[in-house]
Amino acid sequence: MKSFSYERARTPAEAAASALRRPDAKFIAGGTNLLDLMKLEIETPAHLVDVNGLALDKIEATPEGGLRIGALLRNTDLAADARVRRDYAVLSRALLAGASGQLRNKATTAGNLLQRTRCPYFYDTNQPCNKRRPGSGCGAIGGFSRQHAVIGASEACIATHPSDMAVAMRALDATVEAVRPDGTQRTIPIADFHRLPGDTPHIETTLQPGELITAVTLPKPVGGAHVYRKVRDRASYAFALVSVAAIVQRDGTGRVALGGVAHKPWRVEAADAELPRGARAVAAQLLANARPTKDNAFKLALAERTIGAALSEAKG
Amino acid sequence: MQGPSDFELSRRKLLLGTAASVAFGAAPTAYAQPSAVPAQADVAEAVSMSKVSFNVNGSLREIALDTRTTLLDALREHLHLTGSKKGCDHGQCGACTVIVGGRRINSCLTLAVMHQGDSITTIEGLGTPEHMHPMQAAFVKHDGFQCGYCTPGQICSAVAVLDEIRAGIPSHVSADLNAPLQLTNAELRERMSGNICRCGAYSNIAEAISEVAGRPA
Repeated sequence: MKSFSYERARTPAEAAASALRRPDAKFIAGGTNLLDLMKLEIETPAHLVDVNGLALDKIEATPEGGLRIGALLRNTDLAADARVRRDYAVLSRALLAGASGQLRNKATTAGNLLQRTRCPYFYDTNQPCNKRRPGSGCGAIGGFSRQHAVIGASEACIATHPSDMAVAMRALDATVEAVRPDGTQRTIPIADFHRLPGDTPHIETTLQPGELITAVTLPKPVGGAHVYRKVRDRASYAFALVSVAAIVQRDGTGRVALGGVAHKPWRVEAADAELPRGARAVAAQLLANARPTKDNAFKLALAERTIGAALSEAKG
Repeated sequence: MQGPSDFELSRRKLLLGTAASVAFGAAPTAYAQPSAVPAQADVAEAVSMSKVSFNVNGSLREIALDTRTTLLDALREHLHLTGSKKGCDHGQCGACTVIVGGRRINSCLTLAVMHQGDSITTIEGLGTPEHMHPMQAAFVKHDGFQCGYCTPGQICSAVAVLDEIRAGIPSHVSADLNAPLQLTNAELRERMSGNICRCGAYSNIAEAISEVAGRPA
């Protein structure tokens, strides 16, 4: 691991200003992804701004009837919150389907959103990777690409976003709140938060340098049956091959988002409209422009069947 | 020929010597890094030191260390609490599991300097060979191990799992998120999935935890 200096930030604005002053700085919260990558020298910050003391670990009701989830709330606590379990069960389910008990006890709301891909070519520093070293090429394209994206990828990168939580938040139309280094705040719809890789796969979100996530807000509950269905290579503690977050109302309408298929949680509003017509119609809309590799073409059929299973589960 | 206890003694001495010789300068973990990791080539690189104090197994400890030191390395190499084990060093195996503020975490994926003022319990703090924690006794009784390397992490994790169930924290296999939890074998196995045992003692581990939880496996 490269050497780094360390500071404990006292306010969100102070943390953001520190990070802007030092372009080689990173925020650290749970640290479960960042330290993993620092040990491999994939991340090499020269300065760490510890944000754990910022008191952003609350979860509170919003005036609009929704919930405001602090950026530093641990994944365990978010999944176990009584209001989330009752009104946003898809989010509890997604969180509980991810990582291990130990990791969920450290991992935070914001850190989960900002976690980086688990593409093995990103992790292997002997391989080219446009995300790790822009311009070096992509080892996954033409390589072993069973886990990779089937839609929204580019000639530069076919990595997927690994989060389960973010897929549920996409289905719930969450909003990310951030503070800029000058202390001003802004909100970013979750749909616009993660970027597609394009020519710049190393830029993964629409956050600006120094900008710090302070919270994620959920709109007021929409009701319906909440299902998170995750298909993976083992029954627990593995990343998704395909996952489905679905919220289905009694009349068959609802929303659906996919994980494990793209560089960001994948939702297409036109696919939501197909929900009353069933999984085939939904999958056809969601994956209309899919371009799988020979290794991961199975994800198209798997996605359709997993949507079908989620819709059956929602009917009860 | 050396007896097992002689070997144990010299191995421990060797480890202590190794830790002391690298405590300042290169990263204490350098000798344990997998070969794919770039070597610590630049030994002249500036080292950033920091002080941290926390409570470990009931004792206040204050140490000055390289900011890079993980909590696991601080416990093992600086405080010589070698019960917590370094398996993968990447949060995938659970051998390093310790309990911080009542919660189990991977001590390899957190920096020691991030734990100012925290209360940390390691396997050494749960019990001793003479006065074992009920979970330790149950692992012995049910043969919940073979080589024993993952065992301290398994036991710390298991103790915290029962607390999590008591606190009503649901899991991936909980059928109803809003109903009281059932302490089933499936619940225990799902909750213990962050602790890998390559000897495959899982059945016996589940039996040991079930006994402590007060129900048959």
